[in-house]
Amino acid sequence: MNLTLKIWRQKSSKDKGGFVEYKIADISEHMSFLEMMDVLNEELITKGEEPVVFDHDCREGICGSCSMFINGEAHGPDRGVTTCQLHMRKFKDGDKITIEPFRAKAFPVIKDLMVDRSSFDRIQQAGGFISVNTSGNTTDANAILIPKEDADLAMDAATCIGCGACVATCKNSSAMLFVGAKVSQYALLPQGKVEGKERVKNMVAQMDLEGFGNCTNTGACEVECPKGISLDNIARMNRNYVGSIFGS
Amino acid sequence: MSGFLSSSIGRKISMSLSAIFLMVFLLQHFVINFTSVFSEDLFNSISHFMGNNILIQFVMQPILILGVIFHFVMGFVLEIKNRNSRAVGYAEYDGSANSSWMSRNMIISGAAILAFIGLHFYDFWIPEITTKYIEGDTSGMINGNFRYYEELVHKFQPLWRVVLYCLSFILLSLHLLHGFASAFQSLGVPSMRNKIIKTIGNIYAIGIPLGFIFIALYHFAIH
Ligand code: HEM
Ligand code: SF4
Ligand code: FES
Repeated sequence: MNLTLKIWRQKSSKDKGGFVEYKIADISEHMSFLEMMDVLNEELITKGEEPVVFDHDCREGICGSCSMFINGEAHGPDRGVTTCQLHMRKFKDGDKITIEPFRAKAFPVIKDLMVDRSSFDRIQQAGGFISVNTSGNTTDANAILIPKEDADLAMDAATCIGCGACVATCKNSSAMLFVGAKVSQYALLPQGKVEGKERVKNMVAQMDLEGFGNCTNTGACEVECPKGISLDNIARMNRNYVGSIFGS
Repeated sequence: MSGFLSSSIGRKISMSLSAIFLMVFLLQHFVINFTSVFSEDLFNSISHFMGNNILIQFVMQPILILGVIFHFVMGFVLEIKNRNSRAVGYAEYDGSANSSWMSRNMIISGAAILAFIGLHFYDFWIPEITTKYIEGDTSGMINGNFRYYEELVHKFQPLWRVVLYCLSFILLSLHLLHGFASAFQSLGVPSMRNKIIKTIGNIYAIGIPLGFIFIALYHFAIH
């Protein structure tokens, strides 16, 4: 199929940036969106132009790096997928596709479609771990019995790949789905409960410091999340947060 | 506490608590107004009681006013913070692909409610306070009868006001169609996909505004 791509180009974080239109021909509907971008970049390189910079790594929906805002939606029109898992059959011959970087004050553009998501790393560093004495006297994790339901919910929360689609899609650029998932994956398990109060307090404080917006419970994040992280995780985080402030 | 109110989740929770308080108040207000449809006497005596009870006048009323002010001021604070969280906007943003209009426009429905509250204060609250506390007439009477029912009926005579009231209540309904479940979600009860909370929310969010609209139309039609 033949397509027109309207792509955000920006030389550096300081540059103002703007859209540039490209025509691309003979795209197979079986290609992934990133493969289509590769074809475009090959053409640009052949013509001596600068290729479009975008993040990507695993190309199988597990690393979360392929951030793109396609036709008004994070990771494009499909559900439960990252950009690398989006197929060109979701588009029609002759379509015009608008491709923008994830937008949020806490995700500044580095170049073209690549944004800096290290704010997520700093939130993780503020509490997304458990402190374990690894000096040789650790208990076998399997020795602690965990209800199946809790284990499942914790596992569901842990599937978050930190892609940032929740932030990109939220009208408020809120990171609460991500932080809710990261808080929950520990809060549900006995090993994580030990530092639960400090964790939620510190991670929320870091989230606020990074300049993410507030949650209005629109639910857009849950719909666009490639891993189907549930809004229930935000409710759990709110509960834990209140407990950490007012609980004994 | 000031730390709590400057944190994102603290603000969310205070927003939700003020909203739940307002929803309880609104239910109470509706029940009282509804008596005007079937009993002039009952409406008059409840109004007189509400207007002269010390606890209601000097404790509950200030709390209510502070609650309303807190809710809309915090609403605007959050809206500004949220807008500032995205320095450069999207050229294309398909909000309807993943969320409801109501949830994305709480500030618009909220601002309309605020305008309505302004009109409502002008219509009822300011005359009431003037009569009672400036002119010092706490009898609640005019020409030997209670004045409350008469005042209500009088207000619902001009068509423009009835239309404005109805429109405002439609916007309140939109506010609550998202807000009801959202308030419980903010408090930590997983609500956004909970059928029971959603159903109760829809009944409240449609029923109460519709009830107020009915009262306005009823008095417009029969007098
Ligand atoms: C006075 C004018 C009002 C304004 C400006 C206003 C504004 C807002 C805004 C902006 C929000 C969303 C906050 C967020 O981002 O989470 C909100 C939430 C809400 N409002 Fe209002 N509102 C007003 C009046 C009311 C009234 C009269 C009621 C109920 C009778 C009400 C009930 C709610 C509820 C239930 C929520 C959801 C709370 C939550 O998500 O935690 N509002 N309001
Ligand atoms: S919650 Fe979902 S959308 Fe947000 S970062 Fe995690 S995987 Fe991505
Ligand atoms: S490239 Fe790893 S998720 Fe898309």
